[in-house]
Formats: sequence, structure tokens, C-alpha cells
Amino acid sequence: MLNILKPGFFTTVQDTGRFGYRDKGVPVAGAMDSFSVSKVNTLLENNEKCAVLEITMTGPELKFEKDTYIVLGGAEMTVTLNDTAVENYKVYKINTGDILSYGKLTKGFRAYLGIKDGFNPPSVLGSRSFFKPITEQDTIKKMANLPYSTCKHFNPKISELKVDSVLDKSVLEVHKGPEFKLLTDKQLSQLFYTDFSVANENNRMAYQLNEIIEGNKTSMLTSATLPGTIQLTPSGKLIVLMKDGQTTGGYPRILQLTDIAMSVLAQKKSGDHFKFKLK
Amino acid sequence: MVEWPNKVEESILNEILQFIEYLKKNHLNEKEWEFVPAYNSLTLICKDTVLDFDYLKPKLKEWYGIKGEVAPATRFQWRLPVFYDLEFGLDLEEISGQLGLSVERIVELHSHSIYTVYGIGFLPGFMYLGGVPKALEVPRKSAPRPKVLKGSVGLAGKQTGIYPQDSPGGWNLIGKCPVPMFNVKKDNPCFVNVGDKIQFYPISKAEYQLHQIEAEVGIYNIEKIVLDA
Repeated sequence: MLNILKPGFFTTVQDTGRFGYRDKGVPVAGAMDSFSVSKVNTLLENNEKCAVLEITMTGPELKFEKDTYIVLGGAEMTVTLNDTAVENYKVYKINTGDILSYGKLTKGFRAYLGIKDGFNPPSVLGSRSFFKPITEQDTIKKMANLPYSTCKHFNPKISELKVDSVLDKSVLEVHKGPEFKLLTDKQLSQLFYTDFSVANENNRMAYQLNEIIEGNKTSMLTSATLPGTIQLTPSGKLIVLMKDGQTTGGYPRILQLTDIAMSVLAQKKSGDHFKFKLK
Repeated sequence: MVEWPNKVEESILNEILQFIEYLKKNHLNEKEWEFVPAYNSLTLICKDTVLDFDYLKPKLKEWYGIKGEVAPATRFQWRLPVFYDLEFGLDLEEISGQLGLSVERIVELHSHSIYTVYGIGFLPGFMYLGGVPKALEVPRKSAPRPKVLKGSVGLAGKQTGIYPQDSPGGWNLIGKCPVPMFNVKKDNPCFVNVGDKIQFYPISKAEYQLHQIEAEVGIYNIEKIVLDA
């Protein structure tokens, strides 16, 4: 078990998400920055579906009650393992009783903690990703325990990785969305020349942007939306749906982020800047 | 994504449902693909992100051309009980004034119509129901409530529906349905499919409480009839 001494600001368990229930209105969920998580699981030689901890802004303090191996990834935070500093994308051996403490966030927004063979809270509808009310929990709670399997011996093929990080990128590559054709020349130039910034309204469901462009009054019938779909509201607000985003929407879907752009945006916090670029 | 004309029509929905059945049976394995129908669109989502769109696009057109008449999956008409009462129907009196109809007449109109499920989204198990009688069309509330209770039945414009979980919401509340619309403990967590039909029927408080207990322990049987394709 992993004992949660301090839960942090918003810490959840995430894997690759739920597949096959979108026609019943169930969001995909899953890690916001799937790029960083895939590197973490690769280093641990885990199956890609292994669940990790997603740590947002302020990290937890955790006590390991079984031997295992861990890898950190995603956002950069000052992290100590029994008072010794540890870094991203390196395999560390954990002994029973070890304590991992997260400190200051230095770059990015979401950090990941991967563990050998993954964390094992109950799987609901094919995924361990927290999403209330599909799962009972929304975040990990103080003094709760999170199950994982013991691993005493693991000889990683690669013990550290130099990752071409998503943290420094400020260009989001996008595809044209289904309603892209509705955009006027003015809207197009606003979209691709504006320096956009993340609004305070940003979470696992959606990121709103501070800058507005000319609105779109087209009334359309509700249709499917995906993680990474960018909607344009009648008042000109841009809403980027993220991993917990609703599965249908009624605003024009003007752009669609690439998978890597989703990871880049997932590492942005309120006030961070970026531009869109058509792929 | 495949789109049909921008209209709310049963014939369009039927075309979409037939196309899904055809694709599932002949070309696109359900283990690899998700099919999300809504009103006039069908979104196909492939689990494997490496997808040759340029190959698939003309294929989809070709398949749609040759699919012919396909029997869509079995569809059901569900009868759902609603306790129409001022206790849960917090807006019944207000919309009675707005619409110029008595509360009894609102209940009668709402429970005599048969609604079509045009989509499921917004929340897990939330149905977009079409077929609201003109006389019941009432704008959504100007200020949404921060919390609408699970099971609340609402009216807004041309739509009616049930909140499947506690949620903020701006629809006019007219009653409460004791049958849970979403249950994660079931393999099929939501018994309704897009294309099904829904009819509501009024129940008393005693029946509401009984059905709620039955639903909690899992012995409530929802009344349904098979619809002809």
C-alpha cells in the first residue's frame, strides 16, 4: 500500500482512460499529459495502461509500505526521497518505509509518479482513472491507502531517459475541426496570430482562454466532442475540452488539438501563453 | 465524423443507426471502434490513433452507398415513473403561470407524449429527448441552480430529460424519477440507447418511495416494449 500522508492540491490516479462508453455520455478521463506518462511507464517497463498518480501544482507526501521501483515525470517539482533530491525520468528503488515528499513546482503544472506494475485502485468500466461519480473517489485523501504490488528485484534496461520535454513548448498544433469552415477571415487571423493565455477557469474538464475572438452565432445540433476539441461560443470565448470533458456539445468545433498539443497544454497553468498553429 | 442534414428528424436518426449496425457487422470491429450518434451526426473513434483517414474517408462513402436497408439493433420503448409534485417539481407552479396551463394539464401533456432519444451526453446517462409538445415549450431558467438533485425531470425549450446525477442545471424542474439512469456496477451502465423511446407516467409519493427502494436494492424492473424497426 501507498500511505497518503498529505494528498497535495489535486492528486488523482490516471491511466489511459475509459473506452467504449462515450455513447452513454462517459468522458474518457485518463492522464492529461499522456506523453510524459508514456515515458514514465516505458522506463518502468510497464504496460502502457498502468495507472500513475497525476499531481497538480502542489504535490503530496507519500509513504511506501512495500518495496518497489518508481519513476517521476511531467512537471518539474523539487522532490525528495527520504531527504535526498530525486529527478524526473530516472528509475529509483523504493524500500518499505521510504517517504517521498513533493515541494515547490518549478516548471509545468502536472507531475506524474509511476510505479512498477502501476497503482491498483478498483477498475470501473475498464479504467482506474478517477472521475466522480463513475469512481467513488475524485482525489486521493489524507491517510488513505492506495494499493500496488510488491517488486523486490527489477533490472531496468534503461535507468534514465533524456526526454524531449513538452514543458518548454508554446506552440499548440491543431487540426481543422468539423466546423472550421464557418470561420471568417477575421476569425482565422485572430486564431492564428493571437498570443493566447490560459484563463483561471482551467481544470481536467476544460481550459478556457482569456483572449476572445469574434463570436460565432451559428446554432448547431448537439454532436460528439473529444478531448482536445476547441469550441467557439457565441460571445467569442474559446473552450478547449480536456480529458474529463463532456462527450457532446452544441458549440461549433473549430479546431482539434493533436495528441502532443494536449500534453503541452496540460502543462500550462493560469496566465501561461501559447499560439495555435495549423498542422 | 459523418454528418446528415441539420435537422431533428427520426428518419435521419434511423439512417445513422442503420449505418452503425452495418459498419459493426461488416467493417469496423466494436473492440477497436466507438460509435457516437447524436441527432444528425455519427462520430467514429478509433482506439488506435494511427489511422489512415485518406483511406477511410472514401471507404465510408462507399459503404454508406452499398449498405442498403439494414435492420437496426433492437430498440425499446421504456416507461419511466415520475413523481410530479411541488416537492421535487420546484418550477411546476412558475411554468404553470408562464404557459397558462394548470399543473394537472402540464403533467398530462408531459406524460402523454412519447419521446425519442436523440443523443446521450453532457453527463453520463443524460438523454437528449426530442418530442416535447409545443404547449410545453418554456425557456430554461435565467439563472441555473447550483445543484439539481439526481433523478430530477426537467423541461427546457424543445427538450425534456432526467438529471442522472446531482449537477448544476438550468432546466425547469417538474418532478422526479426514482429509476437511476446510470449505474456503474452494471456491464451496460445505462440501459437506454440512442434511438430508443421514452414515455413517462405519473406516480404517487408512496409509489415513488417504493420504486426508489426497489431500485436501490436492484429489484426494480423497468417496463419496456420492443419497437418495430
